[in-house]
Amino acid sequence: MTVSGLLLPDVDDPTAAGFWAGCARGELLVQACGACGAWRMPPRPMCPHCRSVEVRWDRTSGRGRIWSFIVPHPPLLPAYAELAPYNAIVVELEEDPAIRYAGNLVTGPEGAIDEIDPATIRIGEPVRVVFATVGDVVLPRWVRADG
Amino acid sequence: MAETIKGRTAVVGIGQTAFGKGLPDTELSLACQAISAALDDAGIAPSEVDGLASFNMEADREVDVARSVGLGDITFFAQVGYGGGAGCGVVGTAAMAVATGQCEVAVAWRARKRADKASRPWAQVSQRITGHWQWTRPFGILRPVDEVAMLTRRHMHEYGTTRDHLANVALAFRKHANRNPLATMGHKTLTRDEYMNARWISEPLCLYDNCLETDGALAVVITSAERARDCRQPPAYVHAFAQGLPRQHQTMTNYFTDDPLRGPAWAAARRLWANADVGPQDVKVAQLYDAFSPLIILSLEGYGFCGRGEGGPFTDGGNIEWPDGRLPVNTSGGGMSEAYVHGFNLVLEGVRQIRGTSPCQVDGADVSLVTSGEGVPTSAIVFTKDA
Repeated sequence: MTVSGLLLPDVDDPTAAGFWAGCARGELLVQACGACGAWRMPPRPMCPHCRSVEVRWDRTSGRGRIWSFIVPHPPLLPAYAELAPYNAIVVELEEDPAIRYAGNLVTGPEGAIDEIDPATIRIGEPVRVVFATVGDVVLPRWVRADG
Repeated sequence: MAETIKGRTAVVGIGQTAFGKGLPDTELSLACQAISAALDDAGIAPSEVDGLASFNMEADREVDVARSVGLGDITFFAQVGYGGGAGCGVVGTAAMAVATGQCEVAVAWRARKRADKASRPWAQVSQRITGHWQWTRPFGILRPVDEVAMLTRRHMHEYGTTRDHLANVALAFRKHANRNPLATMGHKTLTRDEYMNARWISEPLCLYDNCLETDGALAVVITSAERARDCRQPPAYVHAFAQGLPRQHQTMTNYFTDDPLRGPAWAAARRLWANADVGPQDVKVAQLYDAFSPLIILSLEGYGFCGRGEGGPFTDGGNIEWPDGRLPVNTSGGGMSEAYVHGFNLVLEGVRQIRGTSPCQVDGADVSLVTSGEGVPTSAIVFTKDA
């Protein structure tokens, strides 16, 4: 099922539910090993360092830098074609650049993903997380940290 | 080191259907026609086939293929996953089965009606996103081209790769296709101006950075080196074969590792060259998987034809063009200008180079490399003229 044709995550996915629950509370979380504490993204059922299946969710700073970005154009699924060209970014986390999140650069929590001129987007730009409610799901998005 | 399959098997038959859009035949029919043509090319009867290797994305099952073509009792059958990463994987799997006595004559194939929009996996998504796609698709990173564009932009940032480098790739393959009457783009030229002015698909990638959408099927016949010497065609010996699934890899959206630009090619190359008597410096011609032009740059680096970050400049000065380049690449036009059948047409062109029958035949092509999808768990084969 989609909301207005947008592709939304299954927030009840057993491996990832903790992350989406954090978004709903306005917190950008990262999965951490319950035994050795190592962070990992994306979430998974076992720690690749110590093989523990214990999991906890740590709160991050919600701050990072743009690692890369794209600007999709049609042909796209109809709901995305309406927004195109829009931006999609990958952000590296300030406190651990190997932890990365995909998202979109917007001007605020209610901002549309096509409102920023893509020609102004730069790799390395500092950004901070905001949370956008889309249908019944809360997605992390990103605003310019100095904006 | 353990005994390898080096020189113990060979591709002795190749066959293909026409390439097109909206071909009337079913995928099963196309598969059977390609396999039948490959057996005729080899001069081997269908009843002698006792091994099968295919893509796990193949729509039709071994049983349907075997009873249509009239194959014998099959004693080995296996499938390889990860779409475009599987091409050399199925050929290598068949070669290993022959080399270890699990079968004597194996067939590997790929049939696809990709030109039908309903066959494009990314266009079929209609449910809530689960698994690893939930970390990218909800943000509008929808298509393979979007996923590769993200890595391309980063490569440009880290190494200074440019659109001119990507254009070098697109133009080289188009030039090669223009010599291949069977290529989809056989009669359609491409200029640098046309490339630079083409519409965007996912910035920084434009229309001509993308492969074609093709209906068609291709097949190869593999048997022992001993039997190969008596077959109708000059054997293309399987000198080395490897698969590659690098540590911490995430298929297509490999944004989450310490080193996302070190893709599956690096893992496959390590095993491939370790098991070979030759290295990248000995390769006379290469068929590198080209669903998108930047994959060529990543593959040139990963398989060791140049250093990290030097894949872009490697394409300058006609270096990947037939006949004068240091390494002619995708000499029948590749996925971008011949046909996109999950890279299986690259396997056949790698064999033709060894036989001496390519539309862009490289003189003295005694070592011929073929690779499969970069960006997904992949595979590669070195064919040689001599066992």
